[in-house]
Amino acid sequence: MRIPLSYSFRNLWTRRLTTALTISGMALVVFVFAAIIMLAEGLEKTLVETGSYDNVVVVRKGSNSEVMSWVTRYQASIIETLPEAVIGDDGKPFLAKEMVVLITLPKRGTNIPSNVVIRGIGASSLALRPQVRLIAGRMPRPGLSEIIAGRSIAERFRGGGIGEIIRFGMRDWMVVGTFDAGSTGFSSEIWGDADQLMQAFRRTVYSSVIFKLRDPADFERVKEWIGTDPRLSLEANRESRFYAEQSEDMARFLRILGTTLTIIFSLGAVIGAMITMYSAVATRTAEIGTMRAIGFERISILGAFIVEALLLGLIGGCVGLFLASFLQLLTISTINFQTFSELAFSFTLTVSTVWKSLVFALTMGFAGGVLPAIRASRMNIVESLRAS
Amino acid sequence: MYILKLLLRNAFRHKLRTALTILSITIAILAFGLLRTFISAWYAGAEASSASRLVTRNAISLIFPLPLSYKDKIRQIDGVKLVAGGRWFAGIYIDEKNFFANYAIDAKNYLALYPEFIFPPDQKAAFLADRRACCVGRKLIERYRWRIGDIITLKGTLFPGTWGFVLRGIYDGRDTSTDERLFFFHWDYLNESLKKTAPRRADQVGWYVVEVQDPNRAAEVAQAIDRTFENSLAETLTETERAFFLSFVSMAGAIIVAIQLVSFVVIIIIIAVTANTMAMTARERIGEYAVFKTLGYRGWRIAGMIIGESLLITMIGCLFGIALTPPAAQVLGKIIGTYFRAFQVDMATIYIDIGTALLVGLLAAIVPTWRAVKIRIADGLRRIG
Repeated sequence: MRIPLSYSFRNLWTRRLTTALTISGMALVVFVFAAIIMLAEGLEKTLVETGSYDNVVVVRKGSNSEVMSWVTRYQASIIETLPEAVIGDDGKPFLAKEMVVLITLPKRGTNIPSNVVIRGIGASSLALRPQVRLIAGRMPRPGLSEIIAGRSIAERFRGGGIGEIIRFGMRDWMVVGTFDAGSTGFSSEIWGDADQLMQAFRRTVYSSVIFKLRDPADFERVKEWIGTDPRLSLEANRESRFYAEQSEDMARFLRILGTTLTIIFSLGAVIGAMITMYSAVATRTAEIGTMRAIGFERISILGAFIVEALLLGLIGGCVGLFLASFLQLLTISTINFQTFSELAFSFTLTVSTVWKSLVFALTMGFAGGVLPAIRASRMNIVESLRAS
Repeated sequence: MYILKLLLRNAFRHKLRTALTILSITIAILAFGLLRTFISAWYAGAEASSASRLVTRNAISLIFPLPLSYKDKIRQIDGVKLVAGGRWFAGIYIDEKNFFANYAIDAKNYLALYPEFIFPPDQKAAFLADRRACCVGRKLIERYRWRIGDIITLKGTLFPGTWGFVLRGIYDGRDTSTDERLFFFHWDYLNESLKKTAPRRADQVGWYVVEVQDPNRAAEVAQAIDRTFENSLAETLTETERAFFLSFVSMAGAIIVAIQLVSFVVIIIIIAVTANTMAMTARERIGEYAVFKTLGYRGWRIAGMIIGESLLITMIGCLFGIALTPPAAQVLGKIIGTYFRAFQVDMATIYIDIGTALLVGLLAAIVPTWRAVKIRIADGLRRIG
């Protein structure tokens, strides 16, 4: 005979204070667990979405970010002749020769400086990135000291808003527009005319060449050709892969940190659940004896207590996730050590995170409940009836 | 004395429950201590910095170099004692996972600026005499088991190619906070190669370390340096070594804030666990409290008993936690120590541990105490279980 679920539920309800305290302990652990996974996912999502699958980024061999790379004008013009690139309406290929450097800008409010990516763009740069939209102002005119700022830069950094002026490279640069690139890395960049910026920074080389493939399947052939041409010493990457790799180290660091912390914290919460369940068993000794006497089997008693512990875990998990879901409203901005530049990203809650957190919470509940439940199921009928 | 005996007896009436509570407090205090140590390890670079050293770098950002000619101009400025240039090399040893910092330095002056790197005299001389030589810190030696005379090959990321260096010197840190995970080689070696392969990038320096004669004049000298290069192609930003390190730390600010928040979460978790134990204890003993009240005990005595018991349990857990923190930090330091220059538990952490445990003990006892004190004698006596 099985013990109904409501029995376990009511037991929890009767001892509300204890139940609430145990649940809040577990909820906090689940909150930390979910928060750190959400952070790592948010970072990965931001950088994965930054690149498009059919765009190719050409950088110097061995450089893992555009800042470290350089492509001479001569090399860039060789790539420009590739027949695999999409040709635009004006007869020119969909190709941009870009320059990427870092500048130090103070944040609004705190005045703490951080590294910001500044990208010198060409005529096709915007068309190559459909995720980037101008939301206010206008594009910088070629040949003028004008720049546009990504949304996160405009909000967070001093001088990033329209009409404001940022000084670097011995010139004053007027911000004439703000662009939105959704939750991608471009939102944390400043764009301006490549030739003007190269002149200001006294650079003679580009950082990268980006073009769109007519047929994405051509990639392997293009990669082979660029990789082996002795004039180039460059390498071609799919844009999506290129940016995704920049998140790997940081995401791994967050995951390791998160797992270590949550394992330690979960020990605390499991012990909390264990205390609660042991005392639940102890105070109900006579009740358990009675149930056994009525005819409930040992396995039913075991089941009832494990269900009670799992309920604790489940409610804790739901509360923790509920709290963690509010984190999605937050945007974190920190330095990405792989590129050494500022990157804004938000906590991202995915279905897999929800599942992982709930399984984790149930595991905690089970680990806390299994020993007390075994004790309850092993009780001798006569002795337990005598207990009160 | 009598009171303490009563508290102890009471605390260990439920041996299993108390032991579990103490265990969870121990774990939490341990975790809290380790998190704090982790955060202070982050700041170790700034702690180890000298007050008499300034760092001059390109005002646009660190990725832009400064010309070699600045060295002599800086040395001419009043108050400057010694100048040495360094350049971030960003070489990779075998694989990207083997990360360590490697710098091309103006060897003689740079080592003179950092007396905390202690070399055996013959090794220092051998390093300075050989242009292809490199020298590394003790921790890197422990990690890779290099020996003097070994050839170490780094793959350049900023400077293409593979670069071979002969290990000539191993240094030890003078203080525990000195960074023993650095790899230095001669800037001249890098520069001579660049002159052949990429002449436009030769004769450049990443940053200058400047020693001032009088630390009290550091701010003034820093301003004088920046003024010298105002309105030039490479304007400079000079700050104290400490400010320079802190600017790196503050860039990772969000992560540090997150770790700090998380270390408070662990405190809340133990408050919940301890409060739970105390609530259960007090509920079971309501009848006893009613008897105490009948005997004439006042509310504050009963409150004292509950709070005392709670404090006793948390303090025992706290002591275990504090005792375990240094060995745990040592083990952790062995695992991730290569990323941090020092991983040491400081006294402040221990004081904060004790303070936290006291707070947890008090907070956990509030609700049970309030219930026990408020209960009417008749209700307490009537209640069963």
